[in-house]
Amino acid sequence: MSLHLLELEDVHTNLTLKAGVVRAVDGVSFHVDAGETLGIVGESGSGKSMTALSIMRLLPRSGRIDSGAIRFKGRDLTGLSEDEMEEIRGTEMAMIFQDPMTSLNPVYRTGWQVGEPLQIHRGIDVRASIAAAIAMFKKVGIPEAEKRVAQYPHVFSGGMSQRAMIAMGLTTSPSLLIADEPTTALDVTIQAQILDLLRNLNRDSGMATILITHNLGVVAGICDRVIVMYAGRVVEQGRTEDVFAHPEHPYTWSLLHSIPRLDADDREPLKVIEGSPPDMMRLPSGCKFQPRCPFAVEQCAKDEPELRDVRGHLARCWVTQAGTSLNGSVDAG
Amino acid sequence: MSTAPALVATQASIRQTRIHLLELARGHPRVILAGSLVLLLFLIALLAPFISPHDPIAVNADNAYLPPLSPSHLLGTDELGRDLFSRVLWGARVSLPVAFVAVAVGLVAGGVIGLISGYFGGIFDLLLMRFIDALLAFPALILAIAIVAALGPDLRNAMIAIGIVAIPVYARLVRALVLQLKHMEFIAATRSLGATPMRIILRHLIPNLLNPVIVQVSLSAGFAILAEATLSFLGLGAQVPTPDWGQMINTGATFLANDPWLAIVPGAAISVTVFSFNLLGDSLRDALDPRLRS
Amino acid sequence: MTTYVLRRLVLMVPVAFLVTIGVFMLIHLTPGDPALILLGEDRSPQAIAAIHQQLGLDKPLYVQYLIWLGHIVHGDFGRSITTHQPVTTAIGERLPATLELGAVALIWSLLVAIPLGTIAALRRGSLADHLATGLAVGGVSIPNFFIGIVLIFFLSVTLRLFPFGGYVPFNQDPFENLRHVILPAIALGTAGAAINMRFTRSSMIEVLNQDYIRTARAKGAPWRRVVFIHALKNALIPVVTIVGLQIGGIIEGAVVTETVFTWPGVGRLAVESIFNRDYTVVQGIVLLAAFSYLIANLLVDLVYGWLDPRISYA
Repeated sequence: MSLHLLELEDVHTNLTLKAGVVRAVDGVSFHVDAGETLGIVGESGSGKSMTALSIMRLLPRSGRIDSGAIRFKGRDLTGLSEDEMEEIRGTEMAMIFQDPMTSLNPVYRTGWQVGEPLQIHRGIDVRASIAAAIAMFKKVGIPEAEKRVAQYPHVFSGGMSQRAMIAMGLTTSPSLLIADEPTTALDVTIQAQILDLLRNLNRDSGMATILITHNLGVVAGICDRVIVMYAGRVVEQGRTEDVFAHPEHPYTWSLLHSIPRLDADDREPLKVIEGSPPDMMRLPSGCKFQPRCPFAVEQCAKDEPELRDVRGHLARCWVTQAGTSLNGSVDAG
Repeated sequence: MSTAPALVATQASIRQTRIHLLELARGHPRVILAGSLVLLLFLIALLAPFISPHDPIAVNADNAYLPPLSPSHLLGTDELGRDLFSRVLWGARVSLPVAFVAVAVGLVAGGVIGLISGYFGGIFDLLLMRFIDALLAFPALILAIAIVAALGPDLRNAMIAIGIVAIPVYARLVRALVLQLKHMEFIAATRSLGATPMRIILRHLIPNLLNPVIVQVSLSAGFAILAEATLSFLGLGAQVPTPDWGQMINTGATFLANDPWLAIVPGAAISVTVFSFNLLGDSLRDALDPRLRS
Repeated sequence: MTTYVLRRLVLMVPVAFLVTIGVFMLIHLTPGDPALILLGEDRSPQAIAAIHQQLGLDKPLYVQYLIWLGHIVHGDFGRSITTHQPVTTAIGERLPATLELGAVALIWSLLVAIPLGTIAALRRGSLADHLATGLAVGGVSIPNFFIGIVLIFFLSVTLRLFPFGGYVPFNQDPFENLRHVILPAIALGTAGAAINMRFTRSSMIEVLNQDYIRTARAKGAPWRRVVFIHALKNALIPVVTIVGLQIGGIIEGAVVTETVFTWPGVGRLAVESIFNRDYTVVQGIVLLAAFSYLIANLLVDLVYGWLDPRISYA
């Protein structure tokens, strides 16, 4: 690959709060190519949403990208002015969010909102943009599109609102779609539908997708590659089949092993990850996952490991980098 | 005059843990500033007889219309030669007690109504709230003027009139708070332990009402002072020769062309006083609001 | 929708009754024989007897109330004790002046409040914000009659730009009419401006924190569009509520301002009537003010429902 569509290079985003500074994105690097679907997995506070907001430069007031480069189609987004970013957002890059019901403006009709990117960026008039919205509604599978565009968001169900949001993101045929937990607020059955939709759209258009989630099942279904984040850092990165088949970071391993199995013995207790998510203001020295890690050795508390190649993909772990395979420690039950 | 207090009632929120004064002071400098101003005003009112350079009602026709910064008359004299500075200081002795009594009347009467309405609900609530709605519909100022004019223009009647007009705000506020509290778990728990309504009200409801009510008291004090000033501006408050800010503006207005200070000084006094109370109420509300505290 | 309106009107009925009872009692609470109060100067025994009979003052109180209420419902508010004009005429003559004053005051208040409130919200926490908020607190702290007097002093007496009182009807001389209404409108509207500014500010802050604003930005909408199209419409809906209530409270607010500027409106009529013991006029004005307030409350809720698509009164 000569030029990646999107490339993050050692990005550091800090949040300056009253209580202190949080290194929300702490030296994150990865890339996304055209047509790919990349999954970013992590728990709340791992920095996955902040990474997305950094790419779109939609950080809250307290946040700032302090160093690093975010190259989109060759241009470094961190150096662009707000006006220049406004031209990119909604045209070449689009983002949809977790709660579709609150993400739509309640006092404007849905069709108008979905067609708005065309009004803003292509100078198209309102009527034409609503016609385009009707076409988009059909594309994302909203029935009775002509009737729906005239409705206000509060009459839409959760699933339908998210479809509308996807339609909104796709009106200008962006090269990259960032979806931040698009299915978390939806029912399970609807989740599957939305994910199918995303996968089809991605396949048909060659658009790249970044899918952010805390749910591994989602990743397995539609992502080509996956990044696992913990405490603001990337701890594992690689092709989805590889990472699932042999996770090389104890956190990923723990996530996979805490998924309850249908064929498990129901007298066995559910497996959990010990401990609680890290306090971002008081991170431990050494490896950040070490306090909760079942495989930790002495070195882990002292030095923080680098992200290195381990058996075909990248992982940030002393233990696996030294050659130990985590799979061998799996209980047979 | 009547719309702003009604707004406060809709923004009340409950805290279940008490705030320590020091914690309050450290994080919120505005509270300290406003609190000090209010304290200063109370002190002025209290100590006016001792700190006034002159007798506020002593007439001295030869010295009339002296401008500010005249010898021994810091703010000059009025049309009858009375020292303006002393009269302003003594004016606080009228305005502040009126505010205090009026707010007390509104708070106690309105608070009791709100408590009964909120706690017992049902027919009590229905009837009492209709009564409150009716009271609220009355144009407060006209009502106050009418009451005072009817009963006779003196300070005591002004206090009563303003107090009556303040009742609906407290009734609605306390009722809204009680309704919120009633459904909180700790009330259900206490009741299941067999506590009587009286005990619940006294030991559990009232302490938790204190914070929003204190905020409202500060704001009402400000409005009460404005109301008193308006009444006495119309000649319905303290009568001559008692120095009263509103009344001073009234007489001062006639001399506006020659000696604007006679009207401007008492006007500034009223404004600063009301501002202090409003600032106190505002900053307390920000400081005590659990949502804003994180 | 009609059921909602009907339900609200039904709930208003007891309140309306209580209001009329209160107004009725105004006369009866005053110490002294109501007949003497109503008669004014002509206190001959025949006149007293006539009034007693006309009002049925020998009858029990509730009967008197019902008789009076009956008159009111038919639009008969009695006559002014001092001028013997029908009360409706007396009020009707003065009402347009008050309405004009209130309207201009409202326009002034909104012209100041909405831009300042929006700017304060956008620059939250900055010096501009603190200044604006401080000004707003100041605005409700200064008595409106004092603002009037200060304005008169600076702009009428010293600079001679504006007259210090009085009224010129609009159809007689529009320019003079405006020249006369500006100072009292500013005095009347400043407190409202302060309240509206703070409300706009807090409403705007809340709206700007909403998810749909983030969506608008993610679409690449420039800030101006985000604020004026996406945020403002949402933020102003609650502001409509308080503005509506301020309209309902026009008469009360105008009382002192009209007195200071000798503006021939209903507020000043109220004060004069109170001092002249012209209780029939006072009753009429209080009824008018109270009912405008109640109707304003109802209208405000309806308008709110009309503006916010999420609310349906079906």
